[in-house]
Amino acid sequence: MKHLHLIFTFALALSAFACNGNAGAEQQSNAASEKSEAPAQTVALKHDGVGVGDKAPAFSLKNVDGKEYSFETIKDANGNDPKGYIVIFTCNTCPYAVASEQRIIDLHNKYAPMGYPVVAIQPNDPAVQPGDSFAAMKERAGEMGYPFLYLFDEGQEVYPRYGATRTPEVYLVDKSLTVRYTGAIDDSVRDAESVKEKFLENAIEAIEKGEEPKPAATKAVGCSIKAA
Amino acid sequence: MENFTRLTPVVCGLAIILFSCNASPATGQDQAASASSAPAAQENNTEWPPPAAYIGGIPIYEEFSQAEPFFHFDNDTTYVVNFWATWCKPCVEELPYFEELTRAYEGQAVRVILVSLDFPRQFKTKLAPFVGERQLQSAVIALADGRYNDWIDKVSTEWTGAIPATYVYKRDKSRFIGTSVKSMAELEAAIRSL
Repeated sequence: MKHLHLIFTFALALSAFACNGNAGAEQQSNAASEKSEAPAQTVALKHDGVGVGDKAPAFSLKNVDGKEYSFETIKDANGNDPKGYIVIFTCNTCPYAVASEQRIIDLHNKYAPMGYPVVAIQPNDPAVQPGDSFAAMKERAGEMGYPFLYLFDEGQEVYPRYGATRTPEVYLVDKSLTVRYTGAIDDSVRDAESVKEKFLENAIEAIEKGEEPKPAATKAVGCSIKAA
Repeated sequence: MENFTRLTPVVCGLAIILFSCNASPATGQDQAASASSAPAAQENNTEWPPPAAYIGGIPIYEEFSQAEPFFHFDNDTTYVVNFWATWCKPCVEELPYFEELTRAYEGQAVRVILVSLDFPRQFKTKLAPFVGERQLQSAVIALADGRYNDWIDKVSTEWTGAIPATYVYKRDKSRFIGTSVKSMAELEAAIRSL
């Protein structure tokens, strides 16, 4: 059966070659040259960075309120030291980040009182993606009434230390600053109504019970982080 | 003793060669609905999996499993599979290099497949007009499966899910390009490296 399949495949490939002469005539060169203003450097590969079990890299970043925040100064909704941090790399401009925006707000409203505040970090370089400037971040946070910190990775030094490659991308960090879960908020980033499995919420519940999150790492399509 | 079973596929194959040469390129029966989208690109493909539907001539695959053969074709062609979306700026910026490749390798065993990850509700309103207006010559398919965690690793474990992303393969050899492509030469280098 396998043998037959291979020959069949081969024959199809052959037939395609045999016909290429015909196809050529139809093909008109259409040089629609794309003018790209600021060429974006994008990264879809995980290189250096942290995974589950690693220490979460420290940062001190400016929030949309103008103040600097780090793990040491971030509090939960009750003004206490958090039991964990929901670090989410996200931005204004990515359609999947926008599709996740309400979910991120809801996450904070649900978990910040339980000790797990959302810490959103915007990693894109505004020189490449003007819609993600600090001014635009402030505006978006104001419009939507973000209840969580929305920090600007100015100079883009923090996201590479995490190894983040896309927006939105989550790192769930526990009290000891160990990464316990990375990846997607849930199994349907594009469309909140189709969510079946809430990966991140399940991970938080697992930590609360003293268990290891399962799965501890997930993937999702997202917008590559834009660096100059 | 096995002559008959060995011969049958060869005969089948010959029949297919004859049949496909008689048919005008890019209008195989599966492609009847195909409009201007990406015609010339498809005749070199083996066993294109049947799509759930066509929108504006673009084959739509609802589930990853239906589109999975695109990532494992086992023949002499090198496939350059690019994941993109009309809303993804760096994706749109690199499209011309894929188009250049399609034109440069016309008639050769190199096939570009542009896999759109657009919002399904925008297949008709955004994707189809985009493909039509730009008269894309490379093959375009749309993959609607939003359960990304279930299938990203089935394309490449190197892929985090960020787009643009490009998977170049020939049989069991592959290269994953997780950065924006800056020239056709970069794609050619990946093809040569296999």
